[in-house]
Amino acid sequence: LGSTYTTLISVVSSKVTGVVRSLTSPPLSSSSPGRALSSLSATRRGLPQEKMSENGMVSRAKVLTIDTMNPTVKKVEYAVRGPIVQRAVELERELSEGMKKPFAEVIKANIGDAHAMGQQPITFFRQVLALCSYPELLNDSTFPEDAKSRAHRILQSCGGNSMGSYSASQGIDSVRQDVARYIERRDGGVPCDPDDIYLTTGASDGIVTMLKLLVCGEGAARTGVMISIPQYPLYSAALAELGAVQINYYLNEETCWSLDIGELQRALDEARQYCNPRALCIINPGNPTGQVQSRECIEDVIRFAAKERLFLMADEVYQDNVYAEGCQFHSFKKVLFEMGPEYSNTVELASFHSTSKCYMGECGFRGGYMEIINMDDEVKAQLTKLVSVRLCPPVPGQALMDLVVNPPQPGEPSYDNFIKERTATLSALAQKAKLTEQVLNTVQGISCNPVQGAMYSFPRITIPEKAIKEATDKGQQPDMFYCMKMLEETGICLVPGSGFGQKDGTYHFRMTILPPNDKLQILLNKVKEFHQRFTQQYS
Amino acid sequence: GTWCPLNMSQQAVNGVSHRGKVLTLDSMNPNVKRVEYAVRGPIVQRAVQIEKELKEGVKKPFTEVIKANIGDAHAMGQKPITFLRQVLALCSYPELLEDNMFPEDAKKRARRILESCGGHSIGAYSASQGIECIRQDVARYIERRDGGIPSSPDNIYLSTGASDAIVTMLKLLVCGEGRSRTGVMISIPQYPLYSAALADLGAVQISYYLDEDKCWSLDVAELRRALNAARQHCNPRVLCIINPGNPTGQVQSRQCIEDVIRFAKEEHLFLMADEVYQDNVYAEGCKFHSFKKVLFEMGPEYSSTVEMASFHSTSKCYMGECGFRGGYMEVINMDPEVKAQLTKLVSVRLCPPVPGQALLDLVVNPPQPDEPSYTTFMKERTAVLAALAEKARLTEETFNTVPGITCNPVQGAMYTFPRITLPQKAIDKAKEEGQVPDMYYCMRLLEEEGICLVPGSGFGQREGTFHFRMTILPPTEKLKVVLQKIREFHLRFTQEFS
Repeated sequence: LGSTYTTLISVVSSKVTGVVRSLTSPPLSSSSPGRALSSLSATRRGLPQEKMSENGMVSRAKVLTIDTMNPTVKKVEYAVRGPIVQRAVELERELSEGMKKPFAEVIKANIGDAHAMGQQPITFFRQVLALCSYPELLNDSTFPEDAKSRAHRILQSCGGNSMGSYSASQGIDSVRQDVARYIERRDGGVPCDPDDIYLTTGASDGIVTMLKLLVCGEGAARTGVMISIPQYPLYSAALAELGAVQINYYLNEETCWSLDIGELQRALDEARQYCNPRALCIINPGNPTGQVQSRECIEDVIRFAAKERLFLMADEVYQDNVYAEGCQFHSFKKVLFEMGPEYSNTVELASFHSTSKCYMGECGFRGGYMEIINMDDEVKAQLTKLVSVRLCPPVPGQALMDLVVNPPQPGEPSYDNFIKERTATLSALAQKAKLTEQVLNTVQGISCNPVQGAMYSFPRITIPEKAIKEATDKGQQPDMFYCMKMLEETGICLVPGSGFGQKDGTYHFRMTILPPNDKLQILLNKVKEFHQRFTQQYS
Repeated sequence: GTWCPLNMSQQAVNGVSHRGKVLTLDSMNPNVKRVEYAVRGPIVQRAVQIEKELKEGVKKPFTEVIKANIGDAHAMGQKPITFLRQVLALCSYPELLEDNMFPEDAKKRARRILESCGGHSIGAYSASQGIECIRQDVARYIERRDGGIPSSPDNIYLSTGASDAIVTMLKLLVCGEGRSRTGVMISIPQYPLYSAALADLGAVQISYYLDEDKCWSLDVAELRRALNAARQHCNPRVLCIINPGNPTGQVQSRQCIEDVIRFAKEEHLFLMADEVYQDNVYAEGCKFHSFKKVLFEMGPEYSSTVEMASFHSTSKCYMGECGFRGGYMEVINMDPEVKAQLTKLVSVRLCPPVPGQALLDLVVNPPQPDEPSYTTFMKERTAVLAALAEKARLTEETFNTVPGITCNPVQGAMYTFPRITLPQKAIDKAKEEGQVPDMYYCMRLLEEEGICLVPGSGFGQREGTFHFRMTILPPTEKLKVVLQKIREFHLRFTQEFS
């Protein structure tokens, strides 16, 4: 009943909008909308109120319609939570209402949501968060001393010793100090200043804030931002919303999604014809493509950024998610500083991290930070001012970030258990990365690069010509058509490659490797069977 | 500052010292430069500096800095509500559900919240619009609050504090260029989130003035004046109201709200009702009326046409849980296509922080009379609200005894916004130093007494008048000291410049 009702309403209202649109669009697009509107209301003002209600709602357009809303918002797309996920939620509801489907549950492999996939939280983190939430527990002898001392320290740096007070907009001082020390340890002693750390509401918030700072100019002087294709669609969404120019550089699927400077140069040179390229975004380890950049490649990128005067944005939220042998995470900052002062004193860099990935998977807390390097002092003041408008990142997320960068140390009571949990999660992920690659590569028509890092597989799929035609007839992207069919037939929710961008004529999907091992096995088999069935059906 | 592409590569060869930064004040987003947010502006930065100096042993005429610049209840010593924090601890560390130190109703709430989280963990992303069962609880809360007027969970969007939702709604509404650029009406004085967001979005701010002589009341004639003037240069589409008022503390009458709604309908404006202080009403004879309730009581002519968004938060009222960044908005009569766009837009940021969502659930679904935590909950809640009422009265009374300070009653919210008379010589001195006079006044107060207030110019005020905003949140005894110190400072300041 509910959905019929909604449909009815939306039909009626779109008709209404249609009618009124034709009435009001000339004044709206004319050069004097103000006068047109005020003369309209002037006549209305003369009428008694009751008269207006005779015509009632039908005669009025909404103030805010699809035609009169922010056009840049309309251009925003975010496939990771797009139509396919909405359909998955619908299917779940239908299942719970007892509808018969060819599957018993919907498996959402569309998003890197570890806990939703059954990963257990790290005990130590949650103990400290419980202590911070309800400090009366500090008197409870069941909590280990190191958890209590962390909670105590966090609470002491909160106003009124409560997580319920606002923090400094840049983040709690002591947490930023801990982040800085963590970065120093990670980068083999390269110094890090807490003043360069901004805590954020997840990494997304930091990324959007940095992009916002960078955007200016009009026409051919408009800021262009280089992003990889395939990309994580937060970038394209943020650029659309900010009205910045997206500059695509393609990763090389044949060489395990590696980044090639020749391709960066090509993309940049072309873009200079119509915009002002000022920023280069890198995701390492890659999302959705799972590659881990070599040290050499990072050096090349830094040299390129220096030569071409680009602001570097390094999305390093998967820094602990490296599985493949011979691969290692190198932070952009470390490499930058090892390249000597010619680079480390000049190249402007922002690096992003988060509590949502790695072994923590604490997405719901929206914790994160960014470190900025070589940022102009005046711009930094502007950044600090900008973040102050939103008051502060969520304090529980800041507390969690503190634990991530300052985990139990050897000798502390929680250390052994912490390491056990952490190692178990990371080694399970490594195993699942391998399993995914292996199984998918046994399927004819699917080819899959090794998942060197991060949390996703982005295999290439061959879609038969007939299926492409049917999709095109339906007005769908072929890989969206493929993923929708897979969802309807198997209950598996993936994201079509078109949501991330891909070379013309190639098709992919993104799948997380997060489901528990046995479930992942089933899922991979179902994908395999579906692909074979699909290929057969359309050949 | 400007380089042509050719120069760029060549310049790189010359290396370090010849290079300008990629991102400079001249080459950054010009909208961001226009953003101002006085509540955390230069005066607060100076306050933080002074705190550091005190810690380092620098001698000052005071021993601590009292930050009365922001409505940050817990920082001022207000204790969290026990029940809320028990449930949050249980949600954070569900092993505690086995612990019999927690009351059953707290455990029940925690279980319900966890069951609606992916993998039963508040570490999972939620739906971008917010956890479904929490949106249901919010809808039921609104129905109870509004005497049974229906609320649909589909119209509820959970948010990262109210600020997030306000900015999102404004973002949806902004379009057009030049004279057809969206104009947004905001009260003066205003909460500077609004002016900051409008600057950031490049929308046109339309100021309407509250009437200080009538306890900061809103007058429809003034709305009309502001609107007509603005129609010459932009396309006014939105009217923002803060009730109870921030920074001005007035509580709108039902009649006034009706007038505003009629005005919005007549003038085809989208209404944004910032109602985060809805439980903070102290003055006798004053009562909170939600815009939605009044809208629906005005009949279908209004309730089925006027587009509105109403905002609430976990940060104010008796909770004061600012750090959790919990909040929601309810949208009414929004075009379904636009609503789909809104849902898409919020999905890019994945979801509001889940602990904040959980907290909001407890606020809209608190302990009931037959539950074990009820008595304590009510006791704590009542104590906080009664103390606030007492402090509102105390503040008004004390300020009004000071010659040169006049203060409207603090009917609601958490702030007083008294008018201060500044001697001409002080105004001249401020100008000499390149400062707005009330900023000069507040800076001097900070340096001499360690009290951090926000100058009225950060909120907007009628030209030639000066104010400051001060929270009424410090504990009563401390508040008395603060008020006394401001009194002494004001007298000294006035004498110095007369």
